[in-house]
Amino acid sequence: MTPIIEFKDYTFKYRAQKEPTLRNINLTVNSGEKVLIVGPSGSGKSTIAHCINGLVPFSFAGESSGTLRVKGEDPAKLGIFGMSKIAGTVLQDTNGQFIGLTVAEDIAFALENDMVPQEEMFDRVGQVAETVEVQTLLGHAPWELSGGQKQRVSMAGVMVDDVEILLFDEPLANLDPATGKRAIDLIDKISKNKKTTILIIEHRLEDALYRDVDRIVVMGEGRIVADEKPDVLLAGNVLKEQGIREPLYVTALKHAGCTVTAESMPKHIETMDLEPYKEPLNRWFRAVRFEKPKKTQDCVLSVKDLYFSYTEGNPVLQHIHFDIRKGEMVSIVGKNGAGKSTLAGIICGFLKPTRGQILLNGGDISGLSIRERGEKIGLVMQSPGQMISKPMIYEEVALGLAVRGVPEDEIRERVYRTLKICGLYPFRNWPISALSYGQKKRVTIASILVMDPEILILDEPTAGQDYRHYTEIMEFLKEINETYGITILMITHDMHLMLEYTDRAVVISDGHLLADDTPAKVLTDGAIADKAYLKKTSLYDLAVRCGIGSPSEFVERFIHYERETGEGRMRHGEDTDL
Amino acid sequence: MARILTYEEKDTWIHRLSGVTKLVFFLLWTMTSMLSYDTRVLFAMMAASLVIYKMSKTRWKQVGTVLKFILFFLVVNLIAIFLFSPYEGVGIYGTRTDLFHLFGNYWVTREQLFYELNVLMKYVTIVPAVFMFVVTTNPSEFAASLNRIGISYNIGYAVAIALRYIPDVQDDFSKIRNAQEARGIEMTGKAPLLRRIKNTAAIIFPLIFTSMERIDVVSNAMELRGFGKHKKRTWYMGKKLETADYATLIVTVAVTVLFLAVTFHDGNRFYNPFAG
Repeated sequence: MTPIIEFKDYTFKYRAQKEPTLRNINLTVNSGEKVLIVGPSGSGKSTIAHCINGLVPFSFAGESSGTLRVKGEDPAKLGIFGMSKIAGTVLQDTNGQFIGLTVAEDIAFALENDMVPQEEMFDRVGQVAETVEVQTLLGHAPWELSGGQKQRVSMAGVMVDDVEILLFDEPLANLDPATGKRAIDLIDKISKNKKTTILIIEHRLEDALYRDVDRIVVMGEGRIVADEKPDVLLAGNVLKEQGIREPLYVTALKHAGCTVTAESMPKHIETMDLEPYKEPLNRWFRAVRFEKPKKTQDCVLSVKDLYFSYTEGNPVLQHIHFDIRKGEMVSIVGKNGAGKSTLAGIICGFLKPTRGQILLNGGDISGLSIRERGEKIGLVMQSPGQMISKPMIYEEVALGLAVRGVPEDEIRERVYRTLKICGLYPFRNWPISALSYGQKKRVTIASILVMDPEILILDEPTAGQDYRHYTEIMEFLKEINETYGITILMITHDMHLMLEYTDRAVVISDGHLLADDTPAKVLTDGAIADKAYLKKTSLYDLAVRCGIGSPSEFVERFIHYERETGEGRMRHGEDTDL
Repeated sequence: MARILTYEEKDTWIHRLSGVTKLVFFLLWTMTSMLSYDTRVLFAMMAASLVIYKMSKTRWKQVGTVLKFILFFLVVNLIAIFLFSPYEGVGIYGTRTDLFHLFGNYWVTREQLFYELNVLMKYVTIVPAVFMFVVTTNPSEFAASLNRIGISYNIGYAVAIALRYIPDVQDDFSKIRNAQEARGIEMTGKAPLLRRIKNTAAIIFPLIFTSMERIDVVSNAMELRGFGKHKKRTWYMGKKLETADYATLIVTVAVTVLFLAVTFHDGNRFYNPFAG
């Protein structure tokens, strides 16, 4: 075993920051190893990757001390170009890093820059395309590809250089669960077949552990707090302390009072030794209280027999129908490109359905303009940058009222009230640029809430957020849902979100309504999960393997228990930065 | 999404030509047509343009919208020439044959009509050539061609990458516009003009910010994969010059020389049917 990456007492501070982002890092990765790096946002895990590929210090300037050697070289001397021959980086934003006009050109990009003759390029692109299974897509343009395909093209684009190290920066962030699983599987194959050293930076631990890794490095506040084998790490408490979500089956076992040991091999639920835990888990399942939540019957939004197509004979949505009751929190789920966003667009009036009706409180809304619908149904876009258009918080939140000609006094009163609800009142005179991502997200939610909508639709509210920010955003939404009775619809492919926070999941698959049921049922039904590119929850496997007769009821009870006790989740309060 | 004037892959001899050949043809062809007012030359070029256009198997859908716009502009141009300079043709050809009186000082003359016919023919010569060039040349190959004729690859790549990201930015634009409209920021004709201009800011700023984020990601991604490492680069989509290319180039140059010779042999770039 020869070390290929060696950090020795390495400290790094970005020029724009007061405190170092990495402190006294000592980390050795051997050639051919596969290492998972986890940690909350701001823990320095991405910076580690940047140090290895040379973006630090060349694109992001700063000061460092200690030593770093990658294949015996110092990245700070070799430069980004030199490092690109040794370490390839797959960035998180797979659409943004797609440079070429077609798949083949994108893969060939590094070769073109290296002045490789054309014939040789054809050969090498063909070979690497086969490795990542995109050989049939070589002539396709980026907008013809799915998120998973784009990611594989990105992988091909760095592997074409025969790099010895592959760095993956949050490879799962923009993928639906089933595609994410496939990505992890492909990374594993590359690691086995090509003996490439692999570093995966990810905070979705359970998904990343779908295939074996040699070690998990846990980062916290710029330091390495653990560097262990997966089994050892899962048995300990480090993950919870650092705000990283443990695999759900591990959490469930801990709820049941079990002490999870490394000897029981907890890294995969399929192969874990569950013998010692069966008895206490069954006992816990029978003991935990569970009541079906009461439902109001007032229907606030109903979608009736909806059809939509961009071009005739090419339906995007067919026969979609569901009712949303007042005060519900519902998730709309399905694989990327299944028609979820189209559905939201139709509800908001951006697109006209070819057939069907949408009723709001029993009245048809087909005659209402986008603006008129916007007063009743508020839409919050995925990224705050897509909405924020004013420099100051107050102005941004007031915008919707100001353009509607609401009197100044009333605007002030309503904006202040909304800012208080959103916990932004202390910042009311701040510029938006001074806020964190989560706070900006709140500003965009506030700017919609101020118009007193009955329904709030959020597009991927937690995409790309770590567990802590995810919890903060979701707890906030739960609070406005519970306290103010606002009905909330969320478009998502985060299974934790649908399971933990929503009462119901509307599942869309290839334009059809596949299911409309409780998340626990959806995520324990293999057929639905497969079709919708979801993944069965590991709680299902745990229940089945421990001989619990009704897995979906087990999941419901688990979620209920979590909600009741607030266990496993950090309460958000005045002291958090959101 | 609107896909006007975009490259479409087809198998014709024009598509198979290298981008360099087509670029050279396009430049020489437009130059000749702009220089020459010789009706015989323009007529020959116009006929050739239409034949080439036909051979490129361009469909109406690819160019229809743009063609309508150009036709409109052409009519406006012809009327404007007459209004601002009704006796331009008389000045050029040295004779005056009045046809009929319009109003005021405006007489329609045969010379003016003939002159404007020449202007019309220039359009009809150049436009099919432009269409042919744009819809039969792969944008990446175009970038490679620019590089081949000596232009820095940075410029060529800037063109290619703009084409790559235009659909993304269009997409962002419509998303942002919809979301802002739902907040009540009216962009349709209902709002007064001044208000609409002000409201545009609500779309432009988010659009700029999201585009900046994009640029950040792209430039890092490009650098990580070695863009700008060497003074030169190769092109995956570049095409070697084949026999057909050399033949086309030779014919193009020969025809250009011939046409320019015909045009300028009497020291005047106008063909004058009114003399003698």
